[in-house]
Amino acid sequence: MKIPKKVKYEEDLDPSFLDEIKKMSDCQEIDACIQCGTCSSSCPMSVYMDHPPRKIIAWVKNGFADEALRSLTIWLCPSCYTCQVRCPAKIKITDVMYALKRKAIEKKVYPSRFSIPVLDREMSRIIAKHGRNSELWLILGLYLKSLNPFGMLKMAPLGLKLMKTGRMSLRRESIKNKKQLKSLLNALKEGTP
Amino acid sequence: MNGYIYYPGCSLKGNSRPYEESILPLFKEVGLPLEEMDDWNCCGATAYFSVDDTMAAAICGRNLSIAEKTGKNIIAPCAGCYLTLKKSNKFLNSRQPKAAKILKDLKNAGCEYQGTIDVKHPLEVLYKDIGPQAIKAMVRNSLSGLKVACYYGCQLVRPYTDFDDPDYPTSLDILMEAAGAKAVDFAAKTRCCGGSLSGTIEEVGLRLNYILLKEAKRKGADLVVTICPLCQFNLEITQTKIVKRFGEDVRMPILYFSQLLGLALGIPREELGFKRSIIPLRSLWEKLGQGGAQ
Repeated sequence: MKIPKKVKYEEDLDPSFLDEIKKMSDCQEIDACIQCGTCSSSCPMSVYMDHPPRKIIAWVKNGFADEALRSLTIWLCPSCYTCQVRCPAKIKITDVMYALKRKAIEKKVYPSRFSIPVLDREMSRIIAKHGRNSELWLILGLYLKSLNPFGMLKMAPLGLKLMKTGRMSLRRESIKNKKQLKSLLNALKEGTP
Repeated sequence: MNGYIYYPGCSLKGNSRPYEESILPLFKEVGLPLEEMDDWNCCGATAYFSVDDTMAAAICGRNLSIAEKTGKNIIAPCAGCYLTLKKSNKFLNSRQPKAAKILKDLKNAGCEYQGTIDVKHPLEVLYKDIGPQAIKAMVRNSLSGLKVACYYGCQLVRPYTDFDDPDYPTSLDILMEAAGAKAVDFAAKTRCCGGSLSGTIEEVGLRLNYILLKEAKRKGADLVVTICPLCQFNLEITQTKIVKRFGEDVRMPILYFSQLLGLALGIPREELGFKRSIIPLRSLWEKLGQGGAQ
């Protein structure tokens, strides 16, 4: 009988993970963490997270790449920056969460049907294509790609109220110079290693 | 830099039209008429930074470049736009190799950016450039009798703002008192409304907004004043469900600070977007009818 081990030994960890994350924008201070827990206690979302922010930082520091990247915590961060302004070690925790989200997408280990990354990707896609977001189309994309499409029926009364007060329309918003945006985004893609 | 150029972002053209409809006449009234930026693109908000930070900074760079050509600093009323443009501006001016590459690509696409633009929020401009004393002197219909909970939310005061405190800001309270209202001691003033969570995980969104409304009610506020489209939207649209879910009547109007300041400065009620409120405003007009008469 094989008995699975419950802890990770040093050789099971990814020793390059910390350096990999530290190379990303605003993640250089991560080493300074003293595990005080100010971030977790400040976070309005920590009660809903699978692992509190402090643990995520400890994981990154110690090479628990898979655990950090597969956590729901990074997606539940609503970017309110409370932890970031309170961190005594001046770690830009919200920006670290952003970096981990991008890394999780890059390594394809993110929950691809989970509503939050779906919304993020859908909104980015709309903006890259049209230059402007259209609220109604964003919500449609969110329901079709993640949430139950029939759930939209429950949203109908609110949608009607918003339309009646002129706060939602069916129109697709767009910038005039889409060509410029497209050439800019293409140029950026080419030069990025 | 002379004057400001107005960056609406997606919200002020969509669900927060009352914000646009009140901020434009308000700024005209205080002598700073705003012109909309030509062919602006969306800021990308929290979404683009979660997916691709190079693209996120670049699309903001395009907006900064358009502003630079006009020689005017940006006014961004949406806290999300404000933060995202400020964050990207800081990054593009950081001289990091990655930033230099983005600036080069921007230049090649006809969006050269020298880094001379500053991004401001209308609250900051009213509080710093105009000042509460001057606002007080301009008040024609005092908001006396009205008790307001001033809600700053997160992204205006954190982490880049230098005009107010990140945990306990007071600029909006001071302006509201200058307009004659009473600002209650709203302990949750910078607690997060959840942003897009009320759309993605409704149960969590309801709880976060319930906490805010409950605190406003407990402090005796008649309404909540907001400075951010997403805060306004969340606090307003979750109310019916909150009453059902938590069995507590925490309903109250949620208005933009520009609507109330506009009212105080004598701009007609019909021109400030009040008709777009989903929550009935009867209680507000009753309160002002009693207290507003001079």
